[in-house]
Amino acid sequence: MKEKSSIFSRFGDKQHRGRLMSFVLVIIAYIAVEVLVKTGNLGSMFSSLLVPITCYVVAAIGLNLNVGISGELNLGQAGFMSVGAFCGICVSGILAGSVTAGIPRLIIAIICGAVLAAVFGFLIGIPVLKLQGDYLAIVTLAFGQIIKSIFMNAYIGIDTDGLHFSFVESTFKLQPGGKMLLNGPMGATGTQKIANFTIGTILVIVALFVVYNLMFSRSGRAIMAARDNRIAAESVGIPISRTKMLAFVTSAALAGAAGALYGLNYSTLVPNKFDFNTSILILVYVVLGGLGNMTGTIISTVVLILLPELLRSLQDYRMLIYAVVLIVIMLVTNNEWLMTKWKSLFAGKAKGGA
Amino acid sequence: MQFLSYLINGLGLGSVYAIIALGYTMVYGIAKMLNFAHGDIIMVGAYIAFFALTKYALPFPLAVLTAVVVCTVLGVLIERLAYKPLRQAPSLAVLITAIGVSYFLQNGAQILWSSSSKVFPSAISTGSISLGSASVSYLTLITIATCIAVMICLTLFINRTKTGSAMRACSEDKGASMLMGINVNMIISITFAIGSGLAAIASVLLASTYPSVYPTMGSMPGIKAFTAAVFGGIGSIPGAFIGGLLLGIIEIFAKAYISTQLSDAIVFGVLIVILLIKPTGLLGKKINVKV
Repeated sequence: MKEKSSIFSRFGDKQHRGRLMSFVLVIIAYIAVEVLVKTGNLGSMFSSLLVPITCYVVAAIGLNLNVGISGELNLGQAGFMSVGAFCGICVSGILAGSVTAGIPRLIIAIICGAVLAAVFGFLIGIPVLKLQGDYLAIVTLAFGQIIKSIFMNAYIGIDTDGLHFSFVESTFKLQPGGKMLLNGPMGATGTQKIANFTIGTILVIVALFVVYNLMFSRSGRAIMAARDNRIAAESVGIPISRTKMLAFVTSAALAGAAGALYGLNYSTLVPNKFDFNTSILILVYVVLGGLGNMTGTIISTVVLILLPELLRSLQDYRMLIYAVVLIVIMLVTNNEWLMTKWKSLFAGKAKGGA
Repeated sequence: MQFLSYLINGLGLGSVYAIIALGYTMVYGIAKMLNFAHGDIIMVGAYIAFFALTKYALPFPLAVLTAVVVCTVLGVLIERLAYKPLRQAPSLAVLITAIGVSYFLQNGAQILWSSSSKVFPSAISTGSISLGSASVSYLTLITIATCIAVMICLTLFINRTKTGSAMRACSEDKGASMLMGINVNMIISITFAIGSGLAAIASVLLASTYPSVYPTMGSMPGIKAFTAAVFGGIGSIPGAFIGGLLLGIIEIFAKAYISTQLSDAIVFGVLIVILLIKPTGLLGKKINVKV
């Protein structure tokens, strides 16, 4: 990474600055929020949104790796979040007796969620990455739906005899003192809320670190080459499936980690939370933030989560306005005439449209 | 025999999917975009038909006609306002705009007509006839008949009329069609008009089968129909027809013989298997990329 920036020093600097900026942005945002919380200036609604925001940021960074860097439209990111979330909840529930401190248990849960989501990503990636374009998109959508169906029908309980598992119908009886971890369509109930904003922010920084290191490594350049021209990349000996798989699995792992954090932030979580609409929502954050642009993704995720809350005074009209904002942003950023005007305003300085 | 009645019910549900999938596949074939708002046009159609039947007490055929007209206009309007300015934009931008339109329609419906679900009046006769040992409702037969009629009309339109051949030309090469004097924008508008009109017909059939009308009613049939379109090979009209019917049959059989809760998982699982065997769907064309 270092020696490359000396060869392409100009590019290296720009990339480096961009990377640094996103870390600085996250840390400044974290400090600002902590100050607001400590001085009691943050409303309860906003403080309840802090952890979900970090979760969606991490999932969106992962999806941007998949959609922006690897160039594959993934409509099932919420499925991986759901794998991470329910894995994290189960792990936390199992360890509740042995690891009583919240933070270590949360970290173990996040790691387990990420690993299981990565395994799912790998298994799903084998068929998915054989396809291209919209066919690939529909298969990720299909997997998202299948994962949701699976969790809607999974029953997991724990008692003194150990773990119990059943599918479609709850067939086991728990010993007294036992606890249902997953309860089919009702999802997880009575989860201990151990997630917090600091761990969320650390997770965002870890996600950025992972994605940037991947992007600016040999594998990252291979991923982008495969995106820009599959045939040319193949002809210079880049193993297309393997590089695409790397991006897909990393993206899934990040979504899993985000899901685990999300799941442990609520006492109840239903599998329906992670449906097709959630996948689409994360995709909207990514596209609005700019494909391949992680700083943009963070900003757009935060803004788009806060926007409906800020518009709350408009009551029923808020989601309507949200929709209009979405359409107008897409129309404006893709209008050549407007964008050339915009660029000439900042002659030379503007980095180009979204 | 149970099997026969499941099969016919499957064909009935599949016919609805097929009609919706035709809209998806036509728009994809010509405008090369995934119109995620298509499912919500179904919802609008169902509301219009509902109000026409209850509030204005129109006779059933007139109510269907009103729904078709409103949806057609709505479809063309959406295309003009939201999609046309993005003709040259990357496909993801168009996809997000379509999602925006979908949110807009859903939330607009929620404001206009409230989020509580309304009971669609049973306008089509509720009787049934017996075929051998299986009893089949008139509604299912009418649905299947409508689907076949739509399919025949559409095939004739695409293959026999001048507009139809212009549409086929546009789906192959827009630039060349423009040079041949085809008004491409007009053709795209017509495609949206036909797709939305079909969505309105599907909406009435859907609302008659599952008689509740609510703002998000279109999303799941929309996703299923989209799956059906991909199943048959997106862009192919006979493909959408076959894909829709197969999807309906698989869904009903999965519900009947395996598990109701897992039927969605099975439907999508079959889709994945089909795409692995035939990566461009059942009737999709394989385009070889030349270096």
